Amino acid sequence: MSTVAQDSAPIVALTDAAKSFGAVRALDGVSLSIRPGECLGLVGHNGAGKSTLVNVVNGGLAPTSGRVDFPASGADTALVAGVRSVFQELSLCPNLTVAENLRISHSGLCGPGWRRAARAEIARTLDTVFPGHGIDTETTVEELGIAERQMVEIAIGFAPRGQDVRLVILDEPTSSLDAAIADQLVVYVRQFCAQGGAVIFISHMLGEVFAVASRILVMRDGKVVADRPVAAFTRQGLVDAMGHVADDDTVAAVTRDLGPEVVRTDDGLAARKGEVVGLSGLAGHGQARALAHLYLGTTSAWRGRRDPKMVFVAGDRTRDGILPLWPILRNISIGVLQQFSRRGLVDRSAETALAGDWKHRIGIRTGDLANNILSLSGGNQQKVLFARALASTAPVVVMDDPMRGVDVGTKQGVYAMIRAEAAKGRTFLWYSTETDEVCQCDRVFVFRNGRISAELTGDAITEEGILRASFEMQDD
Amino acid sequence: MRRLFSRYRILLPVVSLALLLVATFYMQPRTMSYFGVNLLFNLAVPIALATVAQMCIMMVEDIDLSVGAFVSLTACVTATLLNDQPVLGVGVLACLVAAYAVMGAVIHRLELPAIVVTLGMSFVWGGLALFILPTPGGASPGWLRSMMTSTPPMVPMAVVASVVIATVAHLLVVRSGIGTVLRGVGGNARSVARAGWPVIRLKALAYGLAGLFGVLAGMALVGLTTSADANIALRYTLLSIAGVILGGGEFTGGKVSPVGAVIGALTLTLAASFLSFLRLSPDWQIGAQGGILIIVLMARLLFTRRNTRDG
Repeated sequence: MSTVAQDSAPIVALTDAAKSFGAVRALDGVSLSIRPGECLGLVGHNGAGKSTLVNVVNGGLAPTSGRVDFPASGADTALVAGVRSVFQELSLCPNLTVAENLRISHSGLCGPGWRRAARAEIARTLDTVFPGHGIDTETTVEELGIAERQMVEIAIGFAPRGQDVRLVILDEPTSSLDAAIADQLVVYVRQFCAQGGAVIFISHMLGEVFAVASRILVMRDGKVVADRPVAAFTRQGLVDAMGHVADDDTVAAVTRDLGPEVVRTDDGLAARKGEVVGLSGLAGHGQARALAHLYLGTTSAWRGRRDPKMVFVAGDRTRDGILPLWPILRNISIGVLQQFSRRGLVDRSAETALAGDWKHRIGIRTGDLANNILSLSGGNQQKVLFARALASTAPVVVMDDPMRGVDVGTKQGVYAMIRAEAAKGRTFLWYSTETDEVCQCDRVFVFRNGRISAELTGDAITEEGILRASFEMQDD
Repeated sequence: MRRLFSRYRILLPVVSLALLLVATFYMQPRTMSYFGVNLLFNLAVPIALATVAQMCIMMVEDIDLSVGAFVSLTACVTATLLNDQPVLGVGVLACLVAAYAVMGAVIHRLELPAIVVTLGMSFVWGGLALFILPTPGGASPGWLRSMMTSTPPMVPMAVVASVVIATVAHLLVVRSGIGTVLRGVGGNARSVARAGWPVIRLKALAYGLAGLFGVLAGMALVGLTTSADANIALRYTLLSIAGVILGGGEFTGGKVSPVGAVIGALTLTLAASFLSFLRLSPDWQIGAQGGILIIVLMARLLFTRRNTRDG
């Protein structure tokens, strides 16, 4: 296989490709070529740049600088070059049948009889990749289970669709498949590569990556930190390559006397009074859902309360956070209006005083609190959301990755404020995708596949420990 | 059991129409004739066309609040321009279809809520209709009149027209490749865009189709009534939405059924006649019509619930 890989022209070649989103360099000068017959395992922690790399390869994002070429086919776009992607989030049309979904990505199917052709093509591919799949091509996708949908999506990725399939990108393809079907996929990917195709395989199951890949690429902070044949890696070496070199200036959490347990959920999440509890693991493995479940379960009542038991700091500001039409002042006070309303009317002067106080304490950079919230930068909008939560008397603060897109200075300020509030007896539940933030917590729950896979406390909270719990180490 | 669910979708509108029809025949046996059936369903033809227009919009996850005003406008154009200066009339109607397509493209490009844009446009259509025909009047072109009032052997015109509309819409939306992609836009626009389709053109196409069916609805209406008025079809907006939903369509997710939509339109028309036969005071009729709608939707909800539990 390696001789094939050396001889032929690469299917895709990245030359010093970089992609920035504002000030964030998501992809920092990556050069990479993938040749026919290769199966590239792509690993790295959250925000390492895996998705950006994949999107640059498949044409979803144009690189800010550098080049993406498809020498083997000489095509200009990934679509024409036979580069396909199977995405982690399901991207089928649920209202269409399996065969109709193939039609969406195969515009060559037209004229009378296209249905028969579509049915035959998708059935053939499903039979090849997942023998004995038992999926009827005339069922609508919404009637299929999640594993079946994932199988259909993979099959559409590998279906000929009237061209040569050269490279298929599989982003966490096995996350919803059981072991037997995942094995079928691994077997098929090997066979596909042996026949001259190429695959980029992204997975958090390291056992699978070792089983399927011929070469492993490790990414960290938008850079490729290791790119070697699979035989050159050991599991431990791979985990080490993904993690940061231990920082010397990590502030060790000071051991404090914590109060009684104030939060305890069925799935095992717990927190004590005055504790900062971190939720970690790879993004989208159930952390946000666990927090939403806890928060909505505690606070959804018919009547608002003067003394809420819990408040929420949104990470997805535009979706769950700011009220875009309102001024900064009201965006701060909305959470605490109950506290200073009299006979149903808002005490305007108390509201203004409170907002002014928090503007000062948390450092919201604005001339006038009457300005619209959208006049603030992202980081300052996030401060407003923190002020909204902290201004309440709630003893528990739930934070859903609140530092997304916040600059370093603001982060340091907020960390200090969280520490100070925790010392006064407030409890924080903090989901973060950044490992160094989680390392500041008193206790960390690591999530994997929607469940808590590890509970770390004290000295056990290290980047390595979190990584180890986030990635499946077993062979299954 | 799961497979039955997809069949239930079309089964329920069929059953509701059949039940209502049986009840009507029982109340008023004289309607059980060629002439009676034609009379019962005559006015359903333009409503069915308007419902299919609404369905084209709901297919791409939008909603059109201007159907009624648009059909009124096309009826006014048909009764005046198309009758007096056929070439100009056809040109104006074609422009109206194009305007609908442009509206779809603008809604997509500027990410405007369709409900607001179409509500605003309904006043534009209404104003144009008044401009063209300030007082009720006009006349139906002769060929249109004779087509709508023709008496084919055995089966009344209203039934023939409904079957033709349902078949054409079914072929266009369910069977054809491009119709499948259009429904895909309603189901998951992002995946359609990722597969390399220009979603803006697809949306324009869906709106253009809606405009075309809207024009046909206005023409059919004038063929039946022989004259027009600027407010002639205002109630079609809500009737068309109700028809789509009754026929098994949904507000979101690109789930629509053209055959169901036509059946829904027939059911709504029949419900009005049925209530008259019941000698219900006209004051109560609208409320009773709403009651029938709610009962059918409740039945659907029960079916869906049971099926998801079994599935």
